[in-house]
Amino acid sequence: MTTLKRVDVHVEGLVQGVGFRPFVYSLANRLGLAGRVHNDVNGVHIEVEGAHAGVEEFLTALERDAPALSAIERVTVVSGEPAGHRGFTIATGDPAGPRRALVSADTATCDDCLRELADPADRRHRYPFINCAGCGPRFTVVRGAPGDRPMTTMAAFGMCDDCAREYHDPAGRRHLAQATCCPACGPRLRLRDPRGTELCGDPIACAAALLRAGHVVAVKGLGGYHLAVTASDERAAAALRGRKHREEKPFAVMAADLAQARLLAEIDDTAAALLTGRARPIVLLPRRDSAPTGASSGAPLGAPTGAATGVPTGGLAVAPSVAPGYRSLGLMLPYTALHHLLLAELAEPIVLTGGNVSDEPIAYEDDDALIRLGGIADAFLTHDRAIHQRTDDSVIRPLPGAITMLRRARGHAPEPLALRRPVPRPVLACGAELKSTFCLAQGRRAFVSQHLGDLENHDTLRTFVEGIDHYCGLFGIHPEVVAHDLHPGYLSTRHALEITGVEHVGVQHHHAHIAACLADNGDPGPVIGVAFDGLGHGTDGTLWGGEFLRADLAGYERLGHLAQIPMPGGAAAVRQPWRMTAAYLRDDHPGLDVARRNAGRWADAVHLAATGLDSPLTSSAGLLFDAVSALLGIRDKITYEGQAAIELEQRADPAETGAYPAALTTTSGPLIVEAGDLVRAAADDLTAGTDPGVIAGRFHNGVAAAITRTCVALRQATGLTAVALSGAVFQNALLLDRTVQRLRAAGFRVLKHVRVPPNDGGLSLGQAAIAAAQDHT
Amino acid sequence: MLSTDGFVVTPRFFPGGDIGSLAVHGTVNDLAMMGAVPVALSLAYIVEEGLPLDELRRVTTSVAEAARACDVRVVTGDTKVVGKGAADGLFVTTTGIGVRLPGAHVAAANGRPGDAVLLSGPIGLHGITILSTREGLGFESSLASDSRPLHRLAAAMITAGACGVHTLRDPTRGGLASALNELAAASGVGVELDEPAVPIPAQVAAACDLLGLDPLHVANEGCLVAFVDPARAEAVLAAMRARPEGACATRIGTVVAGHPGRVTMRTLVGSHRVIDMLVGEQLAGHP
Ligand SMILES: [Fe+3]
Ligand SMILES: [Mg+2]
Ligand SMILES: [Zn+2]
Ligand SMILES: [Zn+2]
Repeated sequence: MTTLKRVDVHVEGLVQGVGFRPFVYSLANRLGLAGRVHNDVNGVHIEVEGAHAGVEEFLTALERDAPALSAIERVTVVSGEPAGHRGFTIATGDPAGPRRALVSADTATCDDCLRELADPADRRHRYPFINCAGCGPRFTVVRGAPGDRPMTTMAAFGMCDDCAREYHDPAGRRHLAQATCCPACGPRLRLRDPRGTELCGDPIACAAALLRAGHVVAVKGLGGYHLAVTASDERAAAALRGRKHREEKPFAVMAADLAQARLLAEIDDTAAALLTGRARPIVLLPRRDSAPTGASSGAPLGAPTGAATGVPTGGLAVAPSVAPGYRSLGLMLPYTALHHLLLAELAEPIVLTGGNVSDEPIAYEDDDALIRLGGIADAFLTHDRAIHQRTDDSVIRPLPGAITMLRRARGHAPEPLALRRPVPRPVLACGAELKSTFCLAQGRRAFVSQHLGDLENHDTLRTFVEGIDHYCGLFGIHPEVVAHDLHPGYLSTRHALEITGVEHVGVQHHHAHIAACLADNGDPGPVIGVAFDGLGHGTDGTLWGGEFLRADLAGYERLGHLAQIPMPGGAAAVRQPWRMTAAYLRDDHPGLDVARRNAGRWADAVHLAATGLDSPLTSSAGLLFDAVSALLGIRDKITYEGQAAIELEQRADPAETGAYPAALTTTSGPLIVEAGDLVRAAADDLTAGTDPGVIAGRFHNGVAAAITRTCVALRQATGLTAVALSGAVFQNALLLDRTVQRLRAAGFRVLKHVRVPPNDGGLSLGQAAIAAAQDHT
Repeated sequence: MLSTDGFVVTPRFFPGGDIGSLAVHGTVNDLAMMGAVPVALSLAYIVEEGLPLDELRRVTTSVAEAARACDVRVVTGDTKVVGKGAADGLFVTTTGIGVRLPGAHVAAANGRPGDAVLLSGPIGLHGITILSTREGLGFESSLASDSRPLHRLAAAMITAGACGVHTLRDPTRGGLASALNELAAASGVGVELDEPAVPIPAQVAAACDLLGLDPLHVANEGCLVAFVDPARAEAVLAAMRARPEGACATRIGTVVAGHPGRVTMRTLVGSHRVIDMLVGEQLAGHP
């Protein structure tokens, strides 16, 4: 007779809504153990008893074999006296009380569901809303805590007997899967015209036929509406661009599978894993059909030569208007059964871009979508399962041996990031303005919201305010500390200061960037923080953005920065990069093309820069890239944030090894990097007839070299040997790669972003980490 | 009704006016925006030692002419001379008393959802003229400040509106954006502007483009914005257009119940932008 053993197991982490209880149930049954499992406010609680060896095996397998979607943070085991349970049961429902359990992110359709989808004998054959405990909609359909079916947008659908049986079967794949449904009881797909009238026929087949005929189809996805055209159809892509008022920003493309994706882009193992992973982000990849040619300037950049005539050059053709002037292509694979069915029907890739006009947030409510997209889409492939939280596609850029998150949204939010130390009091951090996110931190968890967009947009601002309430309710967080940027004009700052009864903490923008990088890496610092960014409010009345900080989470010191330069016309210099060229070069390089192109205003801009009128001083690195971009004739005026710098990177010759020098000067204060040296060297080369791609390469290398030299000087002064790289400029893969190489060669340990973006989308995490660290002291 | 205001402006003389006329119009307009007919003004100078006497004379003549044109009397005054550096040339303060117009029920808090938002004329002229004159940007040769009295226009509106004129405001410092934000906050309503309807003179647009300014944030001295009952809006507009200072009056938006305290603008491409108050100084030079 073996001795009986009994343990109480508490599992914390992402263990609810991911099939954890059914997993525990079948594990206990397989091992012949008795007891029960239930959800509680912190996660899952298990009482299990039986043979000693069985219980031991149970504890091992619990962590080893946990469901793919779960993320166990902590397992606590307490031994006790056997209670004489008979059999093993699952207790459903949730206890009252403050809730600290998690909500998982939306997850791509799993292989098991895809098999059923393709099986003519299965009752969910070709059913676009198939899902199970291991896949399907999550965060986007949860209306509040607890995230059981009544609190999701699936509450509108009563389960049929078959579905209810599966839902209640502890051994099945759909046990307690909140979105369980089938053609008999679940959401229904429809194809509508822009007036809302239902079009007859099979919606998928008809939508595919419309796409093939060159029409624009709005498709309701997990987090909002997309607009689709076939990716090879130049006329359709150009029409979509015109109707969306999206002049130049590249469109993303969805391919049916990895094999089809490989015809469009170079895909290595890292990229393949990202494309096929459960989050299914947009992955920026080197395109196969073409690259900017590099010779012409002025005309729209490098129209893909092969695709322009519809002839694929070594791959499938992507129409020129999809990503004009880009060497890379944003690619993703189907993440819902609806996408799988549509792409299979079409047998060719589609453009799948946000369902919005211009810079509006994407439409996610059906009536609103008809109104806002009615003038763009020729038909709507839509359904009656409501989306509760608008969530964009995530965007990731793979780098050799690493990735950079550029936009963190679907598939990632609202899953928390783990903090090194628990926060003393719950924190709300309100982020920045253009690539807005907020962050709520409690205990060791930081919940960074999905990317929300530009707060100056009224709809986005509303989503921001309501989203904070939604997250607070979902995770049971009542902020006592509210962190915000120092910029008084950011609408996020305004909102933060309107919250009463809390402690407000103003955080310097670039300190927050570096803190975000530290939190991203679980590193406490101190480090040499290199924040190369657009613009952020400094503490000296100027605008910062090319900063070298000695930083940890609690504080920072500004040890160096790019030489300050006037921005002629303030905000106008951001929209018109040629003004920064004028500010850097004044009249020192007569005969430059950039001065000729802007002849009507060049003298005015030089005058503003010289007198300082309406020309705030900045040390921005982003505007330095802008100045060079305009100098080389790549971009004089931008239509979206960062465009000039992004196109400069796309244009740079990666084979170029030369680097322009920049002097490092010291007076009594911080080290000054004479960034103007780089611009003047580029202008000299341009005047001498050097190819702009080569100049762009030498400029990138020059910036990397200047960063490294400055860090070496600061290492001598501070003894710090670790460097953290953050700020929007480090979205630039070429610069990041060159900088990391040089810093490592100089013996530095380098921290860069992985899970949150280096741009302002990561700022809220940094603000929260700083507010928490200051709260400790 | 009583209103007082201090005036400092560089330069003191500019196309379309000077510090003297500005001081009269400013206080007259403040009274007008309260629904009052201005009756009398007091005038106080603080003069920095060294100001040419001729300049002071010119300013005083200008005050007298402006007051006469407004049908108000300057009934009392004071002049103080302070040492060099203790003031910047000349500071002017005017205080005015006025009588409330019969039928006037205007207050910043009286805006209601559904009200039409009416604007009496093009925006940005004063601020851009001052800036361009001060900095020698060249726009001043073809622009002039809109500085002028608005009390007759306001009276005509109130008469035509028959209690339908809910709020009146002259969008001076901080421009139209700040004025509308203040009214929206005071009334607890939202405002939705229609971008193509907002009249911005080409020269103002060009100057704003050069300087990176938002015309909605540029100061005005001769236009007003009103929230008017939609049923009376056409009548009020007609009365405005019948007067020279309201010849270009137009409807630029609507008061809404949604987003109280917030001003938004439907842009040319159909997106919905938040129009915020001006934060800090509009123009910051560097040393
Ligand atoms: Fe930033
Ligand atoms: Mg006033
Ligand atoms: Zn599944
Ligand atoms: Zn069913």
